Amino acid sequence: MMTLPAPLAMAVRVVAPIALALAVGGFALELLGKNPIAYYGFVLERGLLRPGGLQETVTRMAPLLLIAAGLIVAFRAGMWNLGSDGQFLLAAVTAAGLAPALADTLPRALVLVASLLAGALVGALWSLTPAILKARFGLNEIITTLMMSFLGVSLSNVLIKLLLRDPGTTVPQTRSLPVEERLPRLFDTTVHSGLLIALAAVIGVHLLMTRTAFGLRVQVLGTNRAAAVHAGLEVERLILAAFTLSAALIGLGGAVEVLGVWGTVRADWNPAYGALVVPLVFLARLNGYAVIALTLFFAALMTGGESAARRMGVPQNYVLVLVALVLMFLALIEYLDRRRPRIA
Amino acid sequence: MSALLTEPFLTALIAGAVTAGMPLLLAGLGEQISEKAGVLNIGIEGMMLLGAYTGFVVTYTTGSFALGFLGGALGGMLASLIVLVLCIRLGLNQIVIGIAVTVGMQGLTSLLHYFEFSREYPRLAAAPVWVLPVLGQIPVLGKALFSHTALVYASVVLVAVLTWVFRATHWGLDLEAAGQRPAALDAAGVDVLRTRAAAVLSTGFLSGLGGAYLSIVGAGIFVPFMTGGAGFIGIVLAMLARGRPLWVLLGAILFGVSLALTTALQVAGIDVPTDVVQMLPFVVVMIVLVVFARHSMLPPALGSPYTRGER
Repeated sequence: MMTLPAPLAMAVRVVAPIALALAVGGFALELLGKNPIAYYGFVLERGLLRPGGLQETVTRMAPLLLIAAGLIVAFRAGMWNLGSDGQFLLAAVTAAGLAPALADTLPRALVLVASLLAGALVGALWSLTPAILKARFGLNEIITTLMMSFLGVSLSNVLIKLLLRDPGTTVPQTRSLPVEERLPRLFDTTVHSGLLIALAAVIGVHLLMTRTAFGLRVQVLGTNRAAAVHAGLEVERLILAAFTLSAALIGLGGAVEVLGVWGTVRADWNPAYGALVVPLVFLARLNGYAVIALTLFFAALMTGGESAARRMGVPQNYVLVLVALVLMFLALIEYLDRRRPRIA
Repeated sequence: MSALLTEPFLTALIAGAVTAGMPLLLAGLGEQISEKAGVLNIGIEGMMLLGAYTGFVVTYTTGSFALGFLGGALGGMLASLIVLVLCIRLGLNQIVIGIAVTVGMQGLTSLLHYFEFSREYPRLAAAPVWVLPVLGQIPVLGKALFSHTALVYASVVLVAVLTWVFRATHWGLDLEAAGQRPAALDAAGVDVLRTRAAAVLSTGFLSGLGGAYLSIVGAGIFVPFMTGGAGFIGIVLAMLARGRPLWVLLGAILFGVSLALTTALQVAGIDVPTDVVQMLPFVVVMIVLVVFARHSMLPPALGSPYTRGER
């Protein structure tokens, strides 16, 4: 059998599930009486090729990238942080509550830095209970992070409705941060500088995980906890560090989204990015650079899908079907790859 | 406080708790069967959603609620086939596929709903109710507890049946072994994959039934994404119950009561944001976990595929 050079093999493993998913998804569209070629062409044009669409796509990437960075840390440590929605939303509400209050007295740069840090801190705090329970008692983190996520989403709404509500609006939402106080935009575009923070975070996390002693320890922990204990690593402290770092990055994502795009959080707003980013991080095989490429792809799909929903009558949730197909083909290709007889 | 002890409030609270707790109970019991057999079924949210849709469509077109429940259960089983083939037969990662099932069914059901009903949300007639003889005549409780769809009584019976199945039948022991030490089950001559496949199909059946109850009895309509995390609460219930069906029932009641509390309080004229009340069960469970934290006693083989002869 032909063997491919490593980077190319990686590219094939990432692209093949997407291509297969697009093909099967296109077949489904055909069955529903829609022309798949026209649909994909429209999505591509609106999501990537038009300047307006491209800017929207790139803006969408910022929170997704930061959540992905957080998940890379947790997954490399072998921990299922499935509570990203709660961490993200609570951090977003914190930033949305703090920034307008500080903006009355402090200069813009200070307000933004303080709000970003507060978001990251709240995200980390929200993961502390699952982290301690995992480190100390080996309590399954899937159940605890899910619980804390539901709790965080509800608590965010409570905070907005009871504590941070702007009395001037009919729909409960936090006081809006004026546009000129938000994260500065890049050049003449609508893209805010949170994107740079997000890109730096993903690349930083990738280097941290692959090039540093801390990253190596985390990987050992993730591969085999018993081996990590035998190697003399301080496993409990390592779990706490990886978990809180993961949640802090996700929290930063929430803060960036609020300070860069919305300026406020409305009650009952929950983008539920976790369901999208978890698959994406898997597809990228926990590799930071692949995460960036895939985030661009998914963000373009979301932007283009929204336009297509209005223009072509294909609901935007079709994107979810594609995500699911990508995941299944990903797992399937992984399986076939493992089964292939290896000839040295 | 006396406003809280009025008849309308209590009836609304208890009847609402039953209606809200039912989908959680069925999902939790379903998940429990899978977990016992060593399969972590993260996709039950998706199975519930497909069950909610197929159940709704069947009742909508035939007018029969019994057929609707059956359709919902079959829909859930259909979704669980993905887990069966990819995770049990091929041994792919259960968490990845589980998330794929949930996300995929969210997309698929909203797509199907859109192409079938466009932007309309037709409402079903109220489901027929069985008023139990004698018990149904008790003031307050009669209306609140003993005037429900037949499925409600069947589900309570199911709790007892499952307890017996887990404890006293061969199939129950096979399930337990498939989760505790699959190799031993294999050595005893029982097909591990078949045992797990049966477990996953049962999970699909029960989750689909729960979803159908949600759409055709609880809400009377189908709305995309209507399960809203009920499947995940079911997973939490199953994990906390540690293999005991009765505990799933108690957990479902706890969550059901707090979900119904907001509506009931509104009946009593007290306006509390839904979210405050919805936090309560999660707070309670987290406190329980923190206070009684110990190893979660999940089956050792949970989440790992079984390949014969592999160490």
